Amino acid sequence: MSGIFMNVRGELKKSFQISAWFMFLTFPILVIRVNTVENVIEWRWYNMAIVGVSTFLGSALWRYLLSVKEKSQRINAASPGNMTSFQKAFSDKRFFYPALFILIGFVISFPFLFSMYQANIMITALIYVMLGLGLNIVVGLAGLLDLGYVAFYAVGAYSYGLLNFHFGLGFWTTLPIAAILAALAGILLGYPVLRLRGDYLAIVTLGFGEIIRLVLENWGEFSHGPSGIANIPRPSLLGIDMTLTQNTIFTYFVMIGLVLFTIFVVNRLQNSRIGRAWIALREDEIACQAMGIDRTRTKLTAFALGATWAGMGGVVFAAKTTFINPASFTIWESVIILCIVVLGGMGSILGVISGALVLTLLPEYLRAFSEYRMLIFGIMLVSMMVFRPEGIIRNVRRTYTFSKE
Amino acid sequence: MDWEYFLELLLGGLTRGSIYALIALGYTMVYGIIELINFAHGEIYMIGAFTALIVASVLNYAGMNHVAVAILAMVAAIIYSCAYGFAIEKIAYKPLRNAPRLSALISAIGMSLFLQNYVLLAQTPDFLPFPSLIPDFDFWEPYAHIISSQEIAILATTVSVMILLTVMIKFTIIGKAMRATAQDRIMAALVGVDINRVISVTFVVGSATAAIGGVLIASHVGQINFYIGFIAGIKAFVAAVLGGIGSIPGAVLGSLVLGWTESFFTGYISSDYEDVFAFLFLVLILIFRPSGILGRSETQKV
Repeated sequence: MSGIFMNVRGELKKSFQISAWFMFLTFPILVIRVNTVENVIEWRWYNMAIVGVSTFLGSALWRYLLSVKEKSQRINAASPGNMTSFQKAFSDKRFFYPALFILIGFVISFPFLFSMYQANIMITALIYVMLGLGLNIVVGLAGLLDLGYVAFYAVGAYSYGLLNFHFGLGFWTTLPIAAILAALAGILLGYPVLRLRGDYLAIVTLGFGEIIRLVLENWGEFSHGPSGIANIPRPSLLGIDMTLTQNTIFTYFVMIGLVLFTIFVVNRLQNSRIGRAWIALREDEIACQAMGIDRTRTKLTAFALGATWAGMGGVVFAAKTTFINPASFTIWESVIILCIVVLGGMGSILGVISGALVLTLLPEYLRAFSEYRMLIFGIMLVSMMVFRPEGIIRNVRRTYTFSKE
Repeated sequence: MDWEYFLELLLGGLTRGSIYALIALGYTMVYGIIELINFAHGEIYMIGAFTALIVASVLNYAGMNHVAVAILAMVAAIIYSCAYGFAIEKIAYKPLRNAPRLSALISAIGMSLFLQNYVLLAQTPDFLPFPSLIPDFDFWEPYAHIISSQEIAILATTVSVMILLTVMIKFTIIGKAMRATAQDRIMAALVGVDINRVISVTFVVGSATAAIGGVLIASHVGQINFYIGFIAGIKAFVAAVLGGIGSIPGAVLGSLVLGWTESFFTGYISSDYEDVFAFLFLVLILIFRPSGILGRSETQKV
């Protein structure tokens, strides 16, 4: 009895220390605000009280969650290879088919049930699903950390914008052209970085993304500079004139179709010869080469096929917003796409889809606290990684099970 | 060839490079020990600059002597940056020490996003003018057009920080422990090195150099906002990779090379493409030396 009491006292003391530490930590930035222009200093002591109370509670919660995680890890270690209850339910046919029908019904009726604003948000979310699935090939399957993925997105968007501006090409003609151009850009990036590993690769891809953006910003004659390209036509359907509402609904279904196509292709790729080669490359580059896999070809196809989806996503993005400029393609965009892949669960298609939906829809609906949403986003990323690093939905590797006859 | 212009660019590049070096050192030290790209490092630099600004303004308001203000602001910036570095490691990286490296990287990105927005909300989204903490010396006036006294102060500080750091790593017990941990964490733990303490100390030292860099640069540039850390962080990271990440002389060399590249390209070719040159140069170096200028190429084992 007294042991429990001591434990509670110990925990309280710890929380108290942490809260005091945070009150010290946040003192200058949260409490004092200076205005160097007008030379006034504002003291906001109430902030210190808020920090004190919230970190006191927060640290207790944090340590509780950490201990829960440790316990569950011990249980998992005892019986490895178990699927989560969610995945079990998913593989059960009695549950799977009704759920699938409800999902299809919801997806089809979505733009008719909700407002145009919601449909637009959904289109954005679907673009990110596509980008996430594309990056998943590079990062999740082939294990090549790419921080410049947004460059291919920009290539796609600008190919539509420029081809339309100069030659009047339509949405459907540009879609495959942009995909090919993005794939070429992928090979262009992939070729020089073949020898690089891990973090060196990350920084070079990051640099590549920045180079593309800076060139778009500074080479005014080619890309119209920072002011961007306006009046890009929305997707068309056999030349029928559509109102804005109809067009949004149409774009929504185009996007649904593209996402389904992406899922189909990525799923087929994952279990193909090349997909297995990617996974082998991710697990061990040297062993993979020793097994007779052509490293150059495998890496280049990963970059090219990953970039293809970004290119198509870029075309839809340009068509949806009807305006593009380099400011849409900053490094934060790459970071968000990477977060989608990692948060959702690397290598898992379902995980990446849910990651994309969470990461794009959550900030939209957090607009109520619009000031704090990026702050919450940051906290979420950190706590997600600390408490569930394998992502929302863990990728289940195909395994052979041997049964004793 | 105009030698005075050349000299100006050379010294400008040197200053720029030594500023990058102060930030790159933190990156490279942390990377050397736990193999993590500490994305939040730039934010620590930004918080250092903000703390200095706040403390300096409060003290100026109280009417304190100019030199005392500069010293106290610098000390406060170092203390707070160290505290933030320490806390960030404990919250965002320590629970992930055995997790896949990508998880720790995402956690670092989350931390960076959080700190940027924290400063944005608690302070201001606008640029704040930063008081010039380093005065212009009168006796230096005739040469000021080539190199200003502020730039001299930056160079002097950078050089002394580097000497101190080298002495610490080469000759002290904690420096030895750091080198041991960088070589093999498990083995170091087996021979009695307190790994957690070593990692904390690394973060604290890296944060201190970043804070010094933050105050010097802010005072040199004259204005700060919540976003400065991100750009400076990327540049410093490029510098660290250029020199061979994990190697301390490499970070300094990489920073100087980057500083000169930028300075000469903008001076002789065009200032629009400054960052493009920096990144292109990085790509070129890495193609020919895939582990940086001074990086060791490690033998990979299966």
